[in-house]
Amino acid sequence: MGVDLIFRIAAIGILVAVLNQLLVRSGREEQAMMTTLAGLIVVLLIIVREIAVLFDTVKTIFRLN
Amino acid sequence: MEIVQIVGIGLVSTVILLILRRQKPEIAVLAGTAAGAVIFMIIAAKLSAVADLLEEYAARADISPMYFTAVLKITGIAYIAEFGAEICRDAGEGAIAAKIEMAGKVIIIALAVPIITSLLDLVLKIMP
Repeated sequence: MGVDLIFRIAAIGILVAVLNQLLVRSGREEQAMMTTLAGLIVVLLIIVREIAVLFDTVKTIFRLN
Repeated sequence: MEIVQIVGIGLVSTVILLILRRQKPEIAVLAGTAAGAVIFMIIAAKLSAVADLLEEYAARADISPMYFTAVLKITGIAYIAEFGAEICRDAGEGAIAAKIEMAGKVIIIALAVPIITSLLDLVLKIMP
């Protein structure tokens, strides 16, 4: 939940972007699309867990539950 | 001091988002959400301390707990609605952001109804 979360997401994003360019240059557009989707799903999974933690905290702080 | 840490995180994630937004806008939106979550988690401890303090003062001033918890709930709903709406607006979806804000307002009004009714009863009782 610290700063490393942001750096991990940034690393995945940049990696996917580079891989995408690489694959597009080498003529494999579909695989480029697949890697983009894969990177997006990985980031989504990470984010969903963090957002769940965030909303639980907000619920306990503001007595929402 | 948390404020230095928060500003540092904000600047770093802004720079990262600038890079990401050109290559992969969809991952940039998620990185923005993560930055918002991290910054809130830093102040979460202080916020809950303040909320407990206010609740204790409300109890000491023998205000019925219903009112104060309603105020706290409304604040929480406002924060979550604003959190979601701003992320949607950053991603360029102004329409969805407006819908989220409208939904937040409706939920807040629904929460405020018992307070409004008790206020009106009080006013009617006072009137001759």
